[in-house]
Amino acid sequence: MKVGIVRFPGSNCDQDCYRAVREGVGTEAVFLWHKSHDLDGCDSIILPGGFSYGDHLRAGAIARFSPIMREVIAFARDGGPVLGICNGFQILCEAGLLPGALVRNDSLRFRSHPVRVRVERTDTPFTTTYREGDVLVMPIAHGEGQYVADRSVSERLEGEGRVIFRYVDSQGEATASANPNGSARNIAGICDAGRRVVGLMPHPERAASKLLGTDGLGVFQALLAHRRPDAEAPRQQAGAESRVMETHDRAGAAS
Amino acid sequence: MSAPATRAAPEITPELVAEHGLSAEEYEQILEILGREPTFPELGVFSAMWSEHCGYKNSRPHLRTLPTEGPHVVQGPGENAGVIDAGAGWGIAFKIESHNHPSAVEPYQGAATGSGGILRDVFTMGARPIAVLDSLHFGSLDSARSRYLLDGVVRGVGDYGNCVGVPTVGGEAIFDPVYERNPIINVMCIGVLRLEDLMRGRADGVGNAVMAVGARTGRDGMHGATFASAELDEGSDSRPQVQVGDPFTEKLLLEASLELIERRLLVGIQDMGAAGLTSSGTEMAARSGSGIDIDVALVPVREPGMTPYEILLSESQERMLLVAKPGCEEDVEKILAKWDLEAAVVGRVTDDGFFRVRDGGEVVAEIPVAPLVNGCPTYTRKGIEDPEVRRRRELDLAPYSTLDSDEEASASLLKLLDSPSIACRRWIYEQYDTTVGTNTVVGPGSDAAVLRLADSGRGLAASLDGNGRYVYLAPRRGAHIAVAEAARNVACTGARPVAITNCLNFGNPLKPGVYYHFSEAVAGLGEACRALSTPVTGGNVSFYNETPEGPVYPTPVVGMVGLLEQLEHVIPSAFQEAHSTVLLVGSTKDELGASEFLAVCHGVVGGPPPGLDLEEARRLVDFLVACANRQLVLSAHDCSDGGLAVALAECAIGPRNGPLGVEADLAGDVPAAAALFGESQSRVVLSCNAEKVEKIRSVAAEFGLPIAVIGAVGTRDGRFRVSAGGVRIDLELDRIVQVYESALPRRMGQEAGLTT
Repeated sequence: MKVGIVRFPGSNCDQDCYRAVREGVGTEAVFLWHKSHDLDGCDSIILPGGFSYGDHLRAGAIARFSPIMREVIAFARDGGPVLGICNGFQILCEAGLLPGALVRNDSLRFRSHPVRVRVERTDTPFTTTYREGDVLVMPIAHGEGQYVADRSVSERLEGEGRVIFRYVDSQGEATASANPNGSARNIAGICDAGRRVVGLMPHPERAASKLLGTDGLGVFQALLAHRRPDAEAPRQQAGAESRVMETHDRAGAAS
Repeated sequence: MSAPATRAAPEITPELVAEHGLSAEEYEQILEILGREPTFPELGVFSAMWSEHCGYKNSRPHLRTLPTEGPHVVQGPGENAGVIDAGAGWGIAFKIESHNHPSAVEPYQGAATGSGGILRDVFTMGARPIAVLDSLHFGSLDSARSRYLLDGVVRGVGDYGNCVGVPTVGGEAIFDPVYERNPIINVMCIGVLRLEDLMRGRADGVGNAVMAVGARTGRDGMHGATFASAELDEGSDSRPQVQVGDPFTEKLLLEASLELIERRLLVGIQDMGAAGLTSSGTEMAARSGSGIDIDVALVPVREPGMTPYEILLSESQERMLLVAKPGCEEDVEKILAKWDLEAAVVGRVTDDGFFRVRDGGEVVAEIPVAPLVNGCPTYTRKGIEDPEVRRRRELDLAPYSTLDSDEEASASLLKLLDSPSIACRRWIYEQYDTTVGTNTVVGPGSDAAVLRLADSGRGLAASLDGNGRYVYLAPRRGAHIAVAEAARNVACTGARPVAITNCLNFGNPLKPGVYYHFSEAVAGLGEACRALSTPVTGGNVSFYNETPEGPVYPTPVVGMVGLLEQLEHVIPSAFQEAHSTVLLVGSTKDELGASEFLAVCHGVVGGPPPGLDLEEARRLVDFLVACANRQLVLSAHDCSDGGLAVALAECAIGPRNGPLGVEADLAGDVPAAAALFGESQSRVVLSCNAEKVEKIRSVAAEFGLPIAVIGAVGTRDGRFRVSAGGVRIDLELDRIVQVYESALPRRMGQEAGLTT
């Protein structure tokens, strides 16, 4: 099992995703450089959060044109599992892999705090470890997280069971006060028609350790069950490489 | 002043010298150093390097008295940031910087570039920034100007750090009319490194290439250092001196710089911050005892026609000056190109001790480095306490010492919880990404932030504290309290405080009253740091924080860093379990002076600040660390602004799964107001399981500290009941929560908790 984490200029949750995959799940993770055309034989792809290309023009608007995205789109069309978190979700929408868009929070302010999300469906590569109705606590941190889609799209999403995560209150209800950004139908995450591409605004990688909470860990653990049949056997990682995680500063060289 | 856009350099006249902020005596000294009249670029270079901001001319003699050495200190003052040894090969780099003047005229960019500068100071040491803390002081939020400044500063700090991916994890926000037109914006950054990767701002090795990397040099922020060294006057319209930051470029520069350092390609690196190319180049040469020969024609610029003067003094953001190892220039360029950034060789290291500047070959400046960097004239002045300060300190507080009824006691507490200096800061910190990096174990809203130190199992704690009112009324004692409170905050988490960085925000040092405050406060800082074994590893001085209405309170801000041997032993500040026992460590005395209670409930700034026994403060730190190591307590919270009643309210409001009631009774004969709201020092509210009480008592006895059981934690549907001095506060839990949480959003035009 090999997970590819794309690094765009301005990605800033790439290391956190790496840590969640390597330490949380204990499987192989590699960084994929945005200028590359090679997915390095990965079984699944994560587009991490951050401010790719400085969010210039519009969050995710430039990243969708980067070389690696051509490969990610082909991989997704081929049924490969792709997860977009926060800025990654924005990029997936900009790239047309997911419908709708993420616009400025209704408060017009950046919002950073823990939220509760309810798992609506477990039949995606990133939610099989949960049960429907599970309520997870994980942080949000975004200025543009308000999910919008026209009525026909959002009705189709609901009808096809493609709303995967929804903001809820402590009772598990999708109330207005539990909605941190004004998202339509309290939508926190959705999937594509093929149910292989998932995007969400909250950060499961920030709730994937004993110290910081484990509610998000299941998103990454679910990936273990999704190895491509033609992928080579996972390589053993040398212990010396653990320093890559510790200092965070070798990833550039690794990519 | 602004420099002419043409290459025709103006004649050096006494007026021009004065416009550059140099006195006639200082100019004489320049003539002596050079042995001739300076060129126009040289005058600019001296002006910047001998400004208060870069030259510390009024502060250096005092700063020299601060303790800077200790077992943990790897790098003390004089570098881009201080570094301490955190054990197991890990180091922590940290530093604080002020951006008061830029934020006063353009709050968003002023605060953003302040964050950018301090991040660069930390990552040039080879450390990855993992946290930012900010100390913000504004005028009353009743004023539209202050609300505008708060809004802009919070967006500025937030947008910059959020984009770079460094969480803002703590700090303080104080509101007082003295900061109305001159806010205090201090930002502290903490980074983590492997000690073998430690890098410094040096220019060693004759012939090594000097390279400018990152953003191009433009005309923005000319004379920022000189600007920061003068008072803001009526109608200050200084926008051209405020720089504009680009956090996206900063993020790229951060990754590129850490990659350069990790690949061992550099001799030294320094941020082109205040006074840009001039200060970075000359300071790097000065540290190495070398010289630097640069050609401004080789510096990548944003627009044609920039003069040598402008290129030397530009404060364009997100630029670095570095010295490459021999033969590594191409590798440096490749890494910068990978991150879509530019790099250009602009000069060479020499051994002649000169800062030589050419413009396409023609020498336009040639200054000996040592007297330029280290020879800035310093001044020791005579400070005299302003009689008004003394009058206020000696104010009779007897009229305020009683509370007539239970109702008055309850109402006073609600008033304090509604004071923006005490109330919940969620409105601020929810605009900051507090969790990116997955290192934030304890974020904002606690005594100190706690961060994981990679996967070493260790942690670090950090707090940022100042109390201008205390320092104003009694500077030496106020400074003692600032250090002791920061240490206490850190120790409440279980961490041992090990070192500080400080930001000294004062008015015009030429005024005897201000100078008195400054010299006394620095003496106090030194005494407290010695007593608590927390040396100073660096800092920043910001003078001239005043407007025609007068100076701000003298506001030294202390950034304390502590080490937690075992991260899982971290102690939260809020109550954890219903029916657990509540204890108070320390003595509550009849001390109401300088309190938030007097300011908020009576509109009085006066009386002496509470006493502080530094030796007792040290024992309290030892006690708290021992309690954490032996896992005796469920929570520990510092008792400070607003006194015991406010501390208990914070403990009750804060639990993660919702507020818990409390029933407490403080025995003793201290009058009601001081018992409930006085700010006696070296006190901490603990909670523990009943069976641990005797053990905790014996540990307190071991450290010679008074301790008393004062009550018990209640339940979610309990009340907030605190009795002392013959009166009783009795309030519904939801009422104190509502007041505490709505104070800031209400003033900023947003109701708490409403998101749609």
